[in-house]
Amino acid sequence: MSLIKETEQRTGGIALLLFGAAALIPLADDGYYLSMAVNIAMYAVLCTAWTLFSGPTHYVSLATAAFFGVGTYSVGLGIDTLPFPLLIAIAAVASSILAGLVGLATLRLSGVYFVIFTLGLAELVRQVVTWLQVNFVGSVGLYVFTDLTEAHIFWMLLALAALVYVTGWLVNRSRLGFAMRIIGNDETVARHVGIDVARSKVILFMISGAFIGITGAILAPRFAYVEPPSAFNPVISFQVVIMALLGGTGRLWAPLLGVIPFTILFDQISANFPNYTSLLIGIAFMAIVYYLPRGVIGLVDDIRMRQTKRHEHAAGVPEAAE
Amino acid sequence: MDILVTGTVLGGTYALIALGLTLQYGVARIMNLANGENLVLACFCAFWLHTAASINPIIGIALIAPGAFVLNWLIYAYGMRPLVDRAKNRGQLEIDSILATFGLMFIMQGVMLLVFGGGYFSYNFLSEPVRIMGENYGLNRIVALIAAVVIAAALYGFLYRTRYGTAVRAVAVNPASASLVAIDVPRMSAFAFALGGGLTAAGGALLSTFYTFNASMGVIFTMKALIIVIMGGVGDVRGAVLAALLLGLAETAVATLIDPGLTLAATYTLFILVLLFRPQGIFGRQTA
Amino acid sequence: MTGSSLLSVDTVLKAFGGLVAVNDVSFTVKQSELIGLIGPNGSGKTTMMNLISGALKPTSGTIRLNGEAISGLPAHEISRRGVARTFQLVRILPSLSAIENVIAGAVFGHVRAWGDDAYREAEVLLDRVGLGGRGGAPTGSMTYIDQKRLELARALASNPRLLLLDEWLAGLNPSELKIGIELIRDLREDGRTIIMVEHVMDAIRSLCDRCVVMSSGVKIADGSVHDVLAQPEVISAYLGADDA
Repeated sequence: MSLIKETEQRTGGIALLLFGAAALIPLADDGYYLSMAVNIAMYAVLCTAWTLFSGPTHYVSLATAAFFGVGTYSVGLGIDTLPFPLLIAIAAVASSILAGLVGLATLRLSGVYFVIFTLGLAELVRQVVTWLQVNFVGSVGLYVFTDLTEAHIFWMLLALAALVYVTGWLVNRSRLGFAMRIIGNDETVARHVGIDVARSKVILFMISGAFIGITGAILAPRFAYVEPPSAFNPVISFQVVIMALLGGTGRLWAPLLGVIPFTILFDQISANFPNYTSLLIGIAFMAIVYYLPRGVIGLVDDIRMRQTKRHEHAAGVPEAAE
Repeated sequence: MDILVTGTVLGGTYALIALGLTLQYGVARIMNLANGENLVLACFCAFWLHTAASINPIIGIALIAPGAFVLNWLIYAYGMRPLVDRAKNRGQLEIDSILATFGLMFIMQGVMLLVFGGGYFSYNFLSEPVRIMGENYGLNRIVALIAAVVIAAALYGFLYRTRYGTAVRAVAVNPASASLVAIDVPRMSAFAFALGGGLTAAGGALLSTFYTFNASMGVIFTMKALIIVIMGGVGDVRGAVLAALLLGLAETAVATLIDPGLTLAATYTLFILVLLFRPQGIFGRQTA
Repeated sequence: MTGSSLLSVDTVLKAFGGLVAVNDVSFTVKQSELIGLIGPNGSGKTTMMNLISGALKPTSGTIRLNGEAISGLPAHEISRRGVARTFQLVRILPSLSAIENVIAGAVFGHVRAWGDDAYREAEVLLDRVGLGGRGGAPTGSMTYIDQKRLELARALASNPRLLLLDEWLAGLNPSELKIGIELIRDLREDGRTIIMVEHVMDAIRSLCDRCVVMSSGVKIADGSVHDVLAQPEVISAYLGADDA
């Protein structure tokens, strides 16, 4: 159990190669494709961090926009006085504290309460931040001027993505990961074998929230001007849910299968038919629920299983047809 | 005083929306996140009836509510029923219905955005002032409140005084036992879902007489209705009404006394208090 | 009787709204004792088990484990203090393999093993309950008795000070029953302290040192199995007042 398995070594090797290749993208293009790559990397981190919590617990979190916004704001508020790396750390701490508070209030209860609470969370934080800024700062927006280019942002996101994957892998091997699997099976049993169910969920939610906050912080220089409606854009929360479910939540890298096609599709639609984005999101939700309940990865698994079955079939009893 | 009256009017409208949702969630077991869009759709219908056909919105309810009833029946029969049949347990159904109604929410919102655009709408209906205890209020608000009270009372009478209503409540308590006493649970669920949609639409039509609305505001109403339902206790009619009034008052108080931009913060404060101290709802009993 | 009392239940009452499921029940369990908790259906036995394991909180009264009050603690805290249980309707973790099901009992509770230690210990326990070599098997396809065995192994994995068996023998066929009874007898020889809720009277007679009888939420008898089963209150509770 303590050794790294051979399959894991191979997966790690492939991942390393892919990351290396991805890191070269900014050298090839610094316009449209790089910007697309930044979007994909951003959603890859967000969706994987989301899946880290929502995958095993089955709690649908819509708090992504809130954590993201808290991260962006941490940078916006401190960029003139503190170094960027420190601000990223602050963003991580601030958003995981927010996640902890939300978790303490809702995670003892059933999933519906959690969904409802997180549904309005981004809007709530936006209202409070706006109110604080209007009443105590005097202006609503913040300027974020840095020397960081799109390429820098991309590399930072790539590094963060690697960190998320490693963290996810470590969590899966840890007691916490094992506890989450038991909780996902049967909470009553989990409690009776000594798992503090609420605490485990809160910790995992905080880890997930911290990564989302960091993503918001890294993206802050890209906005240049940060104001509440753009920083706490609730659409991000829904997009993350769609992409993660589209890919599948059973495995750590599965959300990526949803992130890449949906980011490209959403980009095309919002560029060419800006009035149809709501419709697209709606149809995507429907399609996932009715046709892809386990995501693309589920489909892949099914096909693979059918193939091995067919192989066995072919090897065993020779059939007339085919 | 002003807070009291304005808050009660707002609370009365919230109550209808929340009653609609509590029927849908408490009886049909579907957490309908598109309920707010249903409300907004009713706002637009009332607006259209008033401006294009000059039909009084109060009378318009007689058209809008049955229309919403049919629409929601269809949504349940073709959209939700397959999920109910497929779900292995209540948790699975909860997640599936949340995601499906999210889809529905965005689709309805998207269509309304395409048809009406993102702008704000309102129309003039009975906007002359009336004096109550020395202060002026829009007549439309007072009429809306009275209409809300009448509709809520009719619902209460139906649920608690008729056989059919008792059957609906029985399904809310325990679908398995209800089916043992020869209640057609799938039919009742569809009926409750449709009735909930009708109620919400009635609330929307009333709301449109005094409230400025736009195509994308539904989700905020859904959320408030959800919070009211939880505060009141799922499936609890009296609880929902009381919670709605409480929320209407709290919001109006915060908007008047502190800042209109903080209404959601008021909602959340109430929500958190309920979650921490009475997660089973105001009148809810502690369950094992 | 010898030995100090491990568990003491002191005037415990549990009410669900107006319904009193357990009404001022008191009893003690000594170290290494195996007691049977019996009574007709609906007499409050399973509620009593749920109160001890922390699935429910008593309305009033105290439950002590080794002198320390555990009533009111959440289930996971009680589990960590050394109370393990099986469930009336067997609860297996379906997406975990058999050995992972057992390890689940060893990681978070009274003992906190992890890694290879937990794995080795779980293999020993699987062997002990008669599932040796089947650690990798998917649990969904297991027979009922094998699932019950697995659940027992999970409970034992935490090396509990007190083991609660809630109708663990129910639903087994006669030959399985024999195996089951032998397994529990083995545990008793090891010196485990066990409370078993059971309807199978043969098992109670052949296994238990002592018996607590409940009826309509009240304790009506407490003593050696032979004496208790001869008491007229107990007979009337089981057969109805008319037959007594």
